Amino acid sequence: MDASSTPRIVYRHRLFTRLWHWLNALAVLILIPSGLMIFNAHPRLYWGHFGANFDHAWLELPRFPGWVTIPSYYSLSGARHWHLFFALVLGFGLLAYMIASLVNRHFQRDLRIRGRELRPRALWNDFKAHLALRFHDPEAPAAYNIFQKLSYAFVIFVLIPLLIVSGLALSPGMWPWLADLFGGRQSARSVHFIAMAGMTLFLVVHLALVILAGPFNEVRAMVTGWWRVPEDEA
Amino acid sequence: MITRRTLIVGTGASLLTGCDSLTNSPTLLSAEDAHRFLQRSVTGRAGLARQFRPEQRSPIFRVNGTHHPNTPEYNAHANNRFVDWRLRVDGLVARPLSLSLAQIQTMPQRAQITRHDCVEGWSAIGKWQGPRLETILQLAGIRDTARYLVFHCADRLGSQPYYESIDLIDAFHPQTILAWSMNDATLSVGHGAPVRLRVERQLGYKHAKYVMRIEAVASLAGIGAGKGGYWEDSNGYEWYAGI
Repeated sequence: MDASSTPRIVYRHRLFTRLWHWLNALAVLILIPSGLMIFNAHPRLYWGHFGANFDHAWLELPRFPGWVTIPSYYSLSGARHWHLFFALVLGFGLLAYMIASLVNRHFQRDLRIRGRELRPRALWNDFKAHLALRFHDPEAPAAYNIFQKLSYAFVIFVLIPLLIVSGLALSPGMWPWLADLFGGRQSARSVHFIAMAGMTLFLVVHLALVILAGPFNEVRAMVTGWWRVPEDEA
Repeated sequence: MITRRTLIVGTGASLLTGCDSLTNSPTLLSAEDAHRFLQRSVTGRAGLARQFRPEQRSPIFRVNGTHHPNTPEYNAHANNRFVDWRLRVDGLVARPLSLSLAQIQTMPQRAQITRHDCVEGWSAIGKWQGPRLETILQLAGIRDTARYLVFHCADRLGSQPYYESIDLIDAFHPQTILAWSMNDATLSVGHGAPVRLRVERQLGYKHAKYVMRIEAVASLAGIGAGKGGYWEDSNGYEWYAGI
């Protein structure tokens, strides 16, 4: 049989990466809507150590509607139940994933960014390839492209840790220096909100690219680990 | 007609409504104990909440919750500047106390400028002064069987009296005081006169205002609806409000 007519299947995602991906997806998809409900209790953001109704708010929003919040009816206590449970899932999930990814060398093998990938010409070529909806290097179809690496590394090492730390900084029972790190408790609350908006943006772009890259093949790979190399790139 | 938009919004809404029914599930509520255990493990039982400099105080410290208990009994005390008011300390104690405001004001005092974090998300910084709760508990001689302190308050919300409770770890915390003074003035009615609890490592709803009686108990069952506080009973808020 001719090699080019046989679909090439490659093992792309290790078991732990897949488990964490779906657990984390669940956590984020509950944390964002329940967080929006918590925000609804006081939809104003401030900078500094304090901030209440009479103080200057840098952002004031109308309340988020019930179809984007958990619960869908107004309940601060109910939203906190969801948010504080899945905050533990997010935090300990990330910790376990990081340990496993150091041990199984997922970080070194798949996420390591090499200098040559960051050269302007390489970035430009990859950008043009994205516009042409070519997301994989024919030479190494299982590898992530540089924009995947940069965005995944940013989410894993910057955005999620920032969400966790800024969230903890809101607790009156935590170390005071945690809130000081952000310049005050209300600054930490603002950073928590901005990081949430960043996470939402990542989610939208991520899902759009999954759809453009072939949703069935991409989702199957994230479930089974096995990914079929698109024929025009094989 | 089912458009794509109503389909997407409708599916999202029904998923979210499905979530609604799980909102008070025991699994979700178990996170409260996990957070309490984790926080106290990492920060230590006596770790202090942030204290601030006088110029870092909020220009306006908003009044929240009850603005005035407005019961005949409370009004009589307030009109009389609380001279006949007594704080009862009883329950599982060796020596039940009946303390006047003057006695509370002349005990060893602690003053602190701290941040009040409301569960809603806003914060305000103010100066609070009063005796440490530990001082009062030592006077009363708390018994070994006591595990919680219940704060019975003068205000009612709807038909329910306001109350709150803390465990002995928070009761003996250095920053836990019975404040009778705020920002160097006698506590106003709006902020909880004549005394309010300050339990700095927990959220605002634990800081009971208008405290009339402190009861040491072995269990929270049988008090209110048994969940340890007005907001816990009526709205399902967490009893441990450190996060």
